[in-house]
Amino acid sequence: MATTNPKSSPTLLQPINPVGIVGYGAYVPRYRLPAREVARIWTGGKGSTPIKEKAVPGLDEDVITMSIEAARNALLRSQIDPCDIRAVWVGSESHPYAVKPTSTVVAESIGAVPNTQAADWEFACKAGTEAIVAAVGFVGSGMAKYALAIGMDTAQGKPGNALEYTAGAGGAAFLLGPAGESLAIINASYSYVTDTPDFWRRPEAKYPEHGERFTGEPAYFHHITEAGQALMQSMNTKPQDYKYAVFHQPNTKFPQRVAKMLGFEFEQIEPGLLVSVIGNTYAGAALIGLSAILDIAKPGDRILMVSFGSGAGSDAFDILVTEAVSDRQNRALKTKDYIARRTEIDYATYVRYRGKLASK
Amino acid sequence: MEIARHWRLKKQRYGLVGEVCPHCEAKIFPPRDICPSCGQEARDLYQFSGRGEVYSYTTIYQAPSGFDETAPYTVALVKLDEGPIITAQLTDLEDDKVEIGMPVEMVTRKLRTDGDERGLLVYGYKFRPFQNIPQKNEALPH
Repeated sequence: MATTNPKSSPTLLQPINPVGIVGYGAYVPRYRLPAREVARIWTGGKGSTPIKEKAVPGLDEDVITMSIEAARNALLRSQIDPCDIRAVWVGSESHPYAVKPTSTVVAESIGAVPNTQAADWEFACKAGTEAIVAAVGFVGSGMAKYALAIGMDTAQGKPGNALEYTAGAGGAAFLLGPAGESLAIINASYSYVTDTPDFWRRPEAKYPEHGERFTGEPAYFHHITEAGQALMQSMNTKPQDYKYAVFHQPNTKFPQRVAKMLGFEFEQIEPGLLVSVIGNTYAGAALIGLSAILDIAKPGDRILMVSFGSGAGSDAFDILVTEAVSDRQNRALKTKDYIARRTEIDYATYVRYRGKLASK
Repeated sequence: MEIARHWRLKKQRYGLVGEVCPHCEAKIFPPRDICPSCGQEARDLYQFSGRGEVYSYTTIYQAPSGFDETAPYTVALVKLDEGPIITAQLTDLEDDKVEIGMPVEMVTRKLRTDGDERGLLVYGYKFRPFQNIPQKNEALPH
């Protein structure tokens, strides 16, 4: 299938063979903690809240179980044989083990073992898009026919901290394969990375630390705008060329503001803007926005996705939806189906579900 | 610590992989050497669909060691679409009253920790109320 690649640029990441998304799948756990519950406990219910509510994993859920379900949805949509997958890569900052891969359990569960790569990726909130860039390289070089890249998180928020309102749970899986089989072609990507200390968690720490206002201008806004602008410049595109755009969404304000800075209208980002109802899903945040967009996309639609990971960097993608999308959208639960599946919990239940009670 | 057992059972636990008898075509779960239907040797792996219905159930309040973190929880006998009846926990139940005959589907979840917080995490099948995911071979609406 022909792609819309313009003249090549030394900064763009483009494979030798065109690559696309052959299947995708979302997952969001069913429990919701309203932000007003956090406010009730910590501010006497006063002050504004950054989102409406966030998704909370159940007692038997973690990044492994959530990745398995998203991967199964991606397989349902692609209908490929899992034995043909040559890489299972899971990006997260909430891997259940410090040492022992998430990805081997996922690969075993979906029947992709043993002839496959498996690895866990870590780059704060852009670990998932890192895995996609690598998967594009793996498939585009001809080394693999299919590679599975997942971004999934059960984010940590210190009790009483601003992050506790938003640190949510969810993500999405993307099965990369030959462009000719794809429901969306990845025309190109571009990565922009610097050493910027805006947010971190040390190995033994349960909760992350962040640089307060430093997380905005020099971190989130700088990296997303640089990556987005460089990609559009190299692709010779304008914001108006994209039907949809999705940016990392740590709260409702940041993605709306960065969209405006880059010249996008609210209508372009609205379908992928899920943070107000599921929270910040960290490594899953940009990706689950993309899965919500692909759920409604039509052939010919063009999508710009720019992730952001603290530490810091952004991956920007130029994606073109193909004719194959229409058949595959309904083969698995859609992102909105998971969001609609909702059980509200109070702060006490949240404290139990997230293991914030110390009994010894 | 039962590492060897967890490792040996991973395929059936993670993905509901059982067997199909090459002689009488009975679907077998858990997998075993001899077909319980015809008594002949059965070793062909079979991927169960994960669909079934609640045959019977009970709620556990006094959980055995290792499961107390998630109590109370509901355990069911689930009759799989392919025939076998298996025991499993039900999950994601909050708004759904459990009834005999209720359609359920398999999900892979964390079953327990083997030992304390330093121990192995044990994953395996549970069932939740059916979420109406279209099946692979059904005609799909456009």
